Amino acid sequence: MNRRQTVNAWLFLSPFLVVSGVFFIYPFLWATVLAFYQTSGSLHSVFVGWSNFRFVLGDPEFFRALRNTTVFAVFSIFLQLPLSLGLALLLNTRKDRWKGFFRLILFSPHLVGPIFVGILFSVLFTARFGMINRFLHYVSGHGLDLRWLADPALVMPALVLTSLWMYVGFNMIYFLAGLQNVSDDLMDAARVDGAGPWQRFVHVIVPAIKPVALFVVIMSTIGSFQLFELPYALLNGTGGPDNAGLTIVMYLYQHAFESGDLGTGAAVGWILALIIFAISMAQIRISRGLESS
Amino acid sequence: MSFNVFHALLIAAAAVYGALWFLRSDHGVSANTFLRYAVILAASVLVLAPFAWLVAATFKDPDVLNEYVFFPPLSEWSSDTLNFKNLRVLFEPRQTSAGTFTFWLFIFNSLFLACTQTGLQLFTSSMAGFALAKYSFRGSGLVLGFILGSMMIPPILLLAPVYMIIVNLGWIDSFLALIVPSAVSGYGIFLFRQAMLGVPKELLEAARVEGASEFRLYFSVALPLVRPMSGAFCLVAFLASWNNFIAPNVFLHSTHKLTLPVILQQYVGDYSSQYGVFLAGTLIAILPPVILFFLLQREFISGLTSGAVKG
Repeated sequence: MNRRQTVNAWLFLSPFLVVSGVFFIYPFLWATVLAFYQTSGSLHSVFVGWSNFRFVLGDPEFFRALRNTTVFAVFSIFLQLPLSLGLALLLNTRKDRWKGFFRLILFSPHLVGPIFVGILFSVLFTARFGMINRFLHYVSGHGLDLRWLADPALVMPALVLTSLWMYVGFNMIYFLAGLQNVSDDLMDAARVDGAGPWQRFVHVIVPAIKPVALFVVIMSTIGSFQLFELPYALLNGTGGPDNAGLTIVMYLYQHAFESGDLGTGAAVGWILALIIFAISMAQIRISRGLESS
Repeated sequence: MSFNVFHALLIAAAAVYGALWFLRSDHGVSANTFLRYAVILAASVLVLAPFAWLVAATFKDPDVLNEYVFFPPLSEWSSDTLNFKNLRVLFEPRQTSAGTFTFWLFIFNSLFLACTQTGLQLFTSSMAGFALAKYSFRGSGLVLGFILGSMMIPPILLLAPVYMIIVNLGWIDSFLALIVPSAVSGYGIFLFRQAMLGVPKELLEAARVEGASEFRLYFSVALPLVRPMSGAFCLVAFLASWNNFIAPNVFLHSTHKLTLPVILQQYVGDYSSQYGVFLAGTLIAILPPVILFFLLQREFISGLTSGAVKG
């Protein structure tokens, strides 16, 4: 490696280094400082110590947002991902001309941005005329007057249903890729030895797709905790009735950009970053623990 | 509750399943295959229903929007039930304080920003990925570590300080506020590094011996070899930019500079009584990503999952 090539390597990296220096490292440091200042707009700021954190951690609305976000994350992992895996298992046959076609269809909602999905579903969830209530009525004979987005008890189910539509096919793609690692020989051997479908799933498929599953679980958790656009559009820029659809990022957005208190926004951002970090680490730990036991 | 086509379908499916199970002597293999397809088909119908509904809502006359769930029956097709009224209202010139605009302007804004950001990210990420994959120099491990670490930080944490920087630079209400910060992508560099690792060293050495510059090695030798990754990344970057809402909503103020997600979110309030209009806009807004996806879908699915499977 000569000097000229080293210089060239740094030149190739320079656009990234300059832009991320100005718009990532510097703001990252500033976010730490900002969390300890009380701001009003972008010009006035006063040092207030831990008071932003004290305010946020004493605010019942923040805990409302934390609870909603956690519930959403739990549904993402324990309802959405099993459905994704199930569809991937159904689609994953050795030779199937239709596999690519159905994969395409099931993935397609992911192309629609969360804002557009939110706008579309806010109409689909309308009482009486909305497609979803009409479908429920058609199938079961009632449900026509469910007020999904106006009834606090139904806001979270509506949010979960919408995210199922958006993400089940997307995560299925990852599971399908992971299923490529399942050895056909091992599956055949297990079948010859008399292992049933469930035993083959637990002892052959699960170990083979574990790395992908861990990746998908962590990405879904991180994504769930950063939920914003979907409920924002679905509930027309509010937290919904009784703040039943308020998420942590929405809480941050309201304080930082609607009330102009950037300091509190930075404090919430830090709390969120720590939550995400702690959960990701815990998930990696748990999966390692399962592996060794 | 009345008996309808849905219930008939369920009963028919159960009957076919039972018949296959008992009449075919293959231990239920064909019955299971039937069930597999039935479930996949049902899931596909559920996924496609909102799209079909959106297309129908766009072309139905506003007066009959709620009369039919999807399209009216063929016997009632006429210009009174199906027409372009919603689209015509959507594309009507609108008066704002800064002048008169049509919906084309917002489509153009979104296309311009998405194409610019995609092009810039493609260039900077492939170049940086090339440097990290094909040069061994002191500090390369540090840069890679920084890139992987940066992906753990929730972007919303940086929004408040970035907002202040944008204010200080005087870029509020300017496209620069959206283009410059997103001209680079850590995720893109990571993907391109993985792809560039597969470029043979001998090829680069041969070009070097012939006197090619280092930039030429990157641009004419390495870049053409990772075309699948370029295709996949183009789609990822285009989608991210096209669907981006927070940044344009925070940094842009003038109506004539807004992008589709921001303006449509406003139209939901403006056209609350005639929602066929903003639904027509939503249909238009989802078309470009869909077209791009069908052009690039092969590269996309392999590129999207390559990081996860190896990781």
